[in-house]
Amino acid sequence: MLVVNGLVKRFGGFTAVNNVSFKVDQGEILGLIGPNGSGKSTIFNMLSGTLVPTAGSIEFDGRQIAGTAPHAIINSGIGRTFQIPRPFRRLTIFENVELAGFYGQGRHSRAKADASAEKALAMVGLPTNRHATVDTLGAAGLKKLELAKALATGPKLLLADESLGGLDEHEMDQAADMLRKIRDELGITIIWVEHIMGVLMRVVDRVMVLDHGEKISEGLPSAVASDPRVIEVYLGTDADSTQAAAAEARRRAGIQPHA
Amino acid sequence: MNSRYAAWAVGLAVLIALPFVYRDPYHLHILVLILIWSFAYTSWSIMGRFGLVSLGHGGFMGVGAYVTALLWNHLHITPWIGIPVGMLLAGVLALIVAYPCFRFRITGHYFVLVTLALSGIVLQVITATREYTGGSLGLTPNRDRGIWALQFDDKTTWYLIALFVWVVGLVVWNWVDRSMARYAMEAISEDEDAAAAAGVNVTAEKLKITLVSALMTALAGAIYCQYQMFISPDTVSGIAVSLQMVFAAIVGGLYVSLGPTVGAIITILLAEILRIGFGTKAVGWDNLVYGLLLVLFIIFLPKGILGSILERLKLKKA
Repeated sequence: MLVVNGLVKRFGGFTAVNNVSFKVDQGEILGLIGPNGSGKSTIFNMLSGTLVPTAGSIEFDGRQIAGTAPHAIINSGIGRTFQIPRPFRRLTIFENVELAGFYGQGRHSRAKADASAEKALAMVGLPTNRHATVDTLGAAGLKKLELAKALATGPKLLLADESLGGLDEHEMDQAADMLRKIRDELGITIIWVEHIMGVLMRVVDRVMVLDHGEKISEGLPSAVASDPRVIEVYLGTDADSTQAAAAEARRRAGIQPHA
Repeated sequence: MNSRYAAWAVGLAVLIALPFVYRDPYHLHILVLILIWSFAYTSWSIMGRFGLVSLGHGGFMGVGAYVTALLWNHLHITPWIGIPVGMLLAGVLALIVAYPCFRFRITGHYFVLVTLALSGIVLQVITATREYTGGSLGLTPNRDRGIWALQFDDKTTWYLIALFVWVVGLVVWNWVDRSMARYAMEAISEDEDAAAAAGVNVTAEKLKITLVSALMTALAGAIYCQYQMFISPDTVSGIAVSLQMVFAAIVGGLYVSLGPTVGAIITILLAEILRIGFGTKAVGWDNLVYGLLLVLFIIFLPKGILGSILERLKLKKA
């Protein structure tokens, strides 16, 4: 459904993303991970139209979308969340989502927008009453609202910038289960961006790892977690700690050590 | 909700009946001025309430007034055509100035400065073409009576015309307030990227609201011209008029529909009291008082007089 080919983004002399190609299949959850500054966000912003690629192509549902305006990309069936939630505080929770339901789906009718909003709020587990304000939400609630806004735009592909920092372990698990539920129940394809491997590895079908703007590994979570290049990027090459840290990474990723 | 509509209907009926019962020409004159300026301030606040602070509205008002009067005086084109032409030109001017601003994300103070320049440019054009416009001495539309010329001696007629445009302004304000466009504009004023991620075409939404605001303001200028039968850069165009709009809208209250009207009542009464009380000695004093009050209001009453009163009432009820 999404085919990215030879994607390059340069800022002046700095190459943030260097010749990255990948594919996402219908109904899949692709994890996109890498340390800070590895180019995840840059790729994400090119997919969602915030940045224009220096070179390369992005084909979504058979159409070229590289360099298209963000709102047009949203309307073509891609939804996105922001890493740090960006709610509209002057609107109520419901209005936030209603807005996305209206403008994200070609501005059809308010009734249709309301229906999308109710469905999205129920999906993420936020109250569907019309008066609750954004100020009543905590960190986890704001992330849910972010997700509800994205869902209300009626996406076929969801770009989830789900940095789970700031959430406790229980909330992280909930957030991960939520993404899986969205895929299973709504049939929405998902690209999930994270900088820690942790809980992501449990949910995704496939993982792509970036470092310094280049793709260094791609495949099933278990294979990627034991890829020496990935371990090096995440844990360094310090001989003493490598083995223990790799085991720790596997434990956190929920992957059993090889017998 | 029904009681609210009833209150509006009764209020409107009283306002329509007023000139048939009460005929003091001076007081009617003040009321007509208040209604016309209320309409202008309401027009400004339609975009101003979303943080699109324009100091270019004096320019739009000037275009509406001058185009109407010039077409009448020089080409003998009726204001019935001149007013739409003036509004159209103001709309085109708004799009020419606003499109690059919105496309290239000129917001906040920078947007204010660009629009301030617009006011200045319109003022310069009016004074530079003084053979046609009369420059800073002003312009009087050629006398002719009746519907075709849109000139009436009767204050009651003008009162009803002014009342009509004022109501149109409030209807548009409320229509925007209840539409999804308001949600979009609130979202845009907070975070343009997040609004775009909700599918909002940020540039298009901002242009729409700016266009509506500019068209209405141009209409206010033209109506003012037809009523006063005299326009000059000081009274209907330029930077002073733009500042006055900002001041009145903020003082009255930007976020409630009658806020700009309250602002107009206060500013016009203030100007009249200073004029009657101090005569020519007080020329320009009103601007000084405006400036001081504006600072005080922005610091202590950012929701304006009416906005703050309504908020108190709501809190009491709750």
